[in-house]
Amino acid sequence: MHALVGENGAGKSTLMKILYGMQKPDEGTIAIDGEQVTFHHPGDAIARGVGMVHQHFMLADNLTVLENVVLGSEKLHGIGAKARTKILEISDSYGLGIRPDVLVENLGVADRQRVEILKVLYRGARTLILDEPTAVLVPQEVDALFDNLRGLKAEGLTVIFISHKLGEVLSVADEITVIRRGTTVGSADPKTTTTKQLAELMVGSELPSPETRESTVTDVPMLTVGGLRLTAPDADGVERMVLDDIAFTIHKGEVLGLAGVEGNGQAELVEAIMGMRDADAGIITLDGADISHAPTRKRRENGIGYVPEDRHRHGLLLEAPLWENRILGHVTEEPNSKGALLDNAAARRDTERIVAEYDVRTPGIDVTAASLSGGNQQKLIVGREMSHRPKLLIAAHPTRGVDVGAQAQIWDQIREARREGLAVLLISADLDELIGLSDTLRVMYRGRLVADADPATITPEELGSAMTGASSGRLEHVATDADAAPDADGGEER
Amino acid sequence: MKKIDKERLLLGIAAPVLALLAAFVVTSLVLLATGKQPFDAFQIMGSYGVKSDSQVYILNKATTYYLAGLAVAVGFRMNLFNIGVDGQYRLAAFAAAVVGGMVNLPGILELPLIIIVAMLVGAMWAGLAGLLKVGRGVSEVIATIMLNAIATAIISYLLQPGRLAHLDANTNSVHTTVLPKSGWFFTFTTNPAAGPIEGFIVVAALAGVAYWFVLSRTRFGFDLRTVGQSESAAQASGVNVKRMIVTSMLVSGACAGLVGMPTLLNESHQYATDFPAGIGFTGIAIALLGRNNPGGIAVGALLWAFLDRTSNWLEFNGYDKEIVGVMQGVIVLSVVVAYELVRRYGLGRQQRRVGEQLAAAARNTAKQEQEAAI
Repeated sequence: MHALVGENGAGKSTLMKILYGMQKPDEGTIAIDGEQVTFHHPGDAIARGVGMVHQHFMLADNLTVLENVVLGSEKLHGIGAKARTKILEISDSYGLGIRPDVLVENLGVADRQRVEILKVLYRGARTLILDEPTAVLVPQEVDALFDNLRGLKAEGLTVIFISHKLGEVLSVADEITVIRRGTTVGSADPKTTTTKQLAELMVGSELPSPETRESTVTDVPMLTVGGLRLTAPDADGVERMVLDDIAFTIHKGEVLGLAGVEGNGQAELVEAIMGMRDADAGIITLDGADISHAPTRKRRENGIGYVPEDRHRHGLLLEAPLWENRILGHVTEEPNSKGALLDNAAARRDTERIVAEYDVRTPGIDVTAASLSGGNQQKLIVGREMSHRPKLLIAAHPTRGVDVGAQAQIWDQIREARREGLAVLLISADLDELIGLSDTLRVMYRGRLVADADPATITPEELGSAMTGASSGRLEHVATDADAAPDADGGEER
Repeated sequence: MKKIDKERLLLGIAAPVLALLAAFVVTSLVLLATGKQPFDAFQIMGSYGVKSDSQVYILNKATTYYLAGLAVAVGFRMNLFNIGVDGQYRLAAFAAAVVGGMVNLPGILELPLIIIVAMLVGAMWAGLAGLLKVGRGVSEVIATIMLNAIATAIISYLLQPGRLAHLDANTNSVHTTVLPKSGWFFTFTTNPAAGPIEGFIVVAALAGVAYWFVLSRTRFGFDLRTVGQSESAAQASGVNVKRMIVTSMLVSGACAGLVGMPTLLNESHQYATDFPAGIGFTGIAIALLGRNNPGGIAVGALLWAFLDRTSNWLEFNGYDKEIVGVMQGVIVLSVVVAYELVRRYGLGRQQRRVGEQLAAAARNTAKQEQEAAI
């Protein structure tokens, strides 16, 4: 098991694309099993047993899991009963818990990742490339994934994975390669290296911590949500309650962290607050104004900033230039428009400012958003949202897929705005980030807020166990509880 | 940055040029296969197409095509495929002809009345498809095709003596009441031998400017383009996607309502059974050829009109006029293929360039750091 670490834009993704045949190298060689190979397209790589699980999933939303898996490899086991048997066989032997007939659009991010892994295994991969596989998982799931990966390794498969979580890298990898600015800057032996050394190798600086020191919480409520209910059809088409009597208040200068396994209603809650879904019942108040049924644009104008979970689907126009992306979501606001007319010149100037202030690494503002690396796209989004001085920032996985340097920068920005009275709703799968940044923690499980905790004392393990529904109410840090809790994840629904 | 811009321009022109070249090659092969000399044919087309009466004909025909191309392009920018421009403009022209024939106002009122009726009817017919899409999830492609058929049926029902039309005893044709003179649009003549240029070309040009302005300079246009590029991002950014679908169908339909106007106001002054049909489909080809860009659509419309004009002359010279149809078909096919190829090439190239530039910048800073350290 080989880990590849490096900052965003360091060239990890490019290297992976070359290994997978999506891009051709100018020079150099690739050898598999001692044999030199050249890949012209991913088909060649698949034929050589190289499989890739992308950071952004390559799944067709409107097809079922089964259809997605067989798509492009219909010749292997057909598209019917034989394929189904094979899928269930692989799923069972690695404990992936795949339901073949569910539509992919109804799956959460974690489930989608499992489908991706299965897809690769189904094609008979002997070398697996995983691009940030743990970013979407809770600690217990990460452990489960690593168990799976160790199982694969035991059967002689090779696993290459990219991760920003250095602790994980050290615990699971047999060998580590660090790349920076497109070249290998070193390799490390996980047995003798510490996280700190690895981080220094990676960025040439100290590992940032998300810790927030002094409290800036005021007693002025900024966002009040009460009795929020929402029903939506689930994977099997049955109407289910996805948000059940949600109530919370975020004050000025407060960061409310929402923990939960993906698919327990966090995404729906965000969409309800943003006005992308109309709640069935409940009241949402922003800074004293009732916005329960206001349209999304009104809410944005009233001061909600939004860093979406899936930046490609909700945060960017990938084929539009950066300056048009700067307008996106704020087309009615200064400096983007005057009256009904766009002010392209001002928007361009302001984009230049964001690029400079938020260190978006790009050769210019006329390149398309798709040409930037994930971290730089995220910096642009954060810069854009912060530029409108939001009263409330909804940050869903703000640092997912973002390198250590950019991560620290985004944390700084959130902290600074918080000092100036910003209220933040933070949703993250990175429990260290959640605990480090939040003033208050709530745990969401099956559409309900089941527990709350004090970020000053709680441990990621305790939080993780509450996320699986094992504990509820006020979570208190008890030293002896920490060892028993992580096993109790039987309540989680797959 | 300048360099990338220039490149974008080059790439933008590359696609239509490639497509036209491919069309020439394929047409030549077809001509050769039928035992004809391709270059003679092209020469005949070329020399005939630039005659002054041909020029006037081409401009007049292109006016109609341009409006049809714009109507389709509005939908394309939204990712909506309005195949129903055909039904929309025929129904609109019919209704406008009926209303215009019934009243006799001074020109300053008569003309706007006719044009507004046409735009309203076109918008309504397209809006139906929009409502069906947002309300019941009916694909606009299916709905507009069906509405085309329904428009044909409605027109043939109403266009009968005793209903909304008269039988002309001399020519044995059925038509609506002829518009009063005040409802005739102005024409202007540059060369008496070549015939008059239809005044509606001015309206078409204004429509093109309005299209460009609204799409690239207004908030509404930005919202519309956003929905076209990513519905989910548009929704998250605060665009009411459903309303935008209906609105853009209304705009597309209103524009389609204008398509029949040059014919009605400048040529026929009545809606008869021989009113031109099928221009909506030509509009799809022209919008594709013009990349939904107002300037590009103008070029496409002129090219199409040129090909139309020369097809008769080819026949006169012993060629099959169908060769022009083959040419038009091949142009559309190769345009679609060439655009997609060039688009992908451009995107990939840009991504590589951005990567290279950043790597180069990083190398430079690294070198400087090292030098500074020494």
